[in-house]
Amino acid sequence: MQCDQVADLLPQIVEGTVPADRRIVHHVDACLRCQAELAQYRRLLRAVHQLRTQVLEPAPGLLTEILAGLEEAGERGALRSLLTGRRVAYLSGLAVAAGAAGAAGALVLANRSRRMRLAG
Amino acid sequence: MGRDGAERLELVRAASSGDRSAFGELVELTYPEAYTLALRLMGNEDDARDVVQDAYLRAYKGIRRFRGDSSFSTWLYRIVANCASTQLTRRGKARHEELDDAGVADERPDVDPELRAEGAFERDRVAAALGRLPDRLRAVIVLRDIYDLPHEDIAAELGISEAAAKVRLHRARRKMREHLYPLRGDQPGEESARAV
Repeated sequence: MQCDQVADLLPQIVEGTVPADRRIVHHVDACLRCQAELAQYRRLLRAVHQLRTQVLEPAPGLLTEILAGLEEAGERGALRSLLTGRRVAYLSGLAVAAGAAGAAGALVLANRSRRMRLAG
Repeated sequence: MGRDGAERLELVRAASSGDRSAFGELVELTYPEAYTLALRLMGNEDDARDVVQDAYLRAYKGIRRFRGDSSFSTWLYRIVANCASTQLTRRGKARHEELDDAGVADERPDVDPELRAEGAFERDRVAAALGRLPDRLRAVIVLRDIYDLPHEDIAAELGISEAAAKVRLHRARRKMREHLYPLRGDQPGEESARAV
């Protein structure tokens, strides 16, 4: 194997996502450059992993801003659902009124045709 | 599960069923970590603030859909990553803070060389080097190596293929390694010439 082929795999080998097969192990054992590169990747990943525990100081006032934004979004949502509710009620009212008007009209027509039949 | 974990789970459950104050408490518990991730992804405080606010709004709107397959933090990290990606794309940020050929500047040259390998200093050097990576490379190494997100999730949140995410990660690590711990024969700038 060549250094270039091995070098591409070194970070994954350190990470444990790629197993080091016999040919890679054989190459690294005999290659000082790849040994050094492997050691440096170990060092790098260890150093990067250290950042996992680090929490950076949030900017002042950030929490207040986030909560205010959420409050506003919540109010917008509540207003929207209120308007939606009113719209539904309004449309339902229209539908009921239209239904009632239709029923009344049908009754009038029925009565009229009955009277015409009796008169005839 | 620890007390904090149980408390957080209880808050997530309450927030999922519409309890706004429970969501507010979740924000108080988690916003420093969300901000830390946003700052690492965006590289500056103003953008990080915008990203965190946007992320919590999205989280608030989507909390009912949170199924608990992952922890709340992981779910939140994905949202933060997605918001950061959107923000970076929208602003079309042309960043020029790429690592230069001279490597990462030593901000504490007067420190005893023997102490340089010690934790805090090493951590600062790595954080500074991360901050100077191009956005697209920094995002993958932050999400994978610091926040431990799977390649699949990283690809989904950044809007790239899984293969592209892996290639970017490889280049990011290589670039970091070459600049933080250069070996004889390394050619700085070689990686940056090959854009993903």
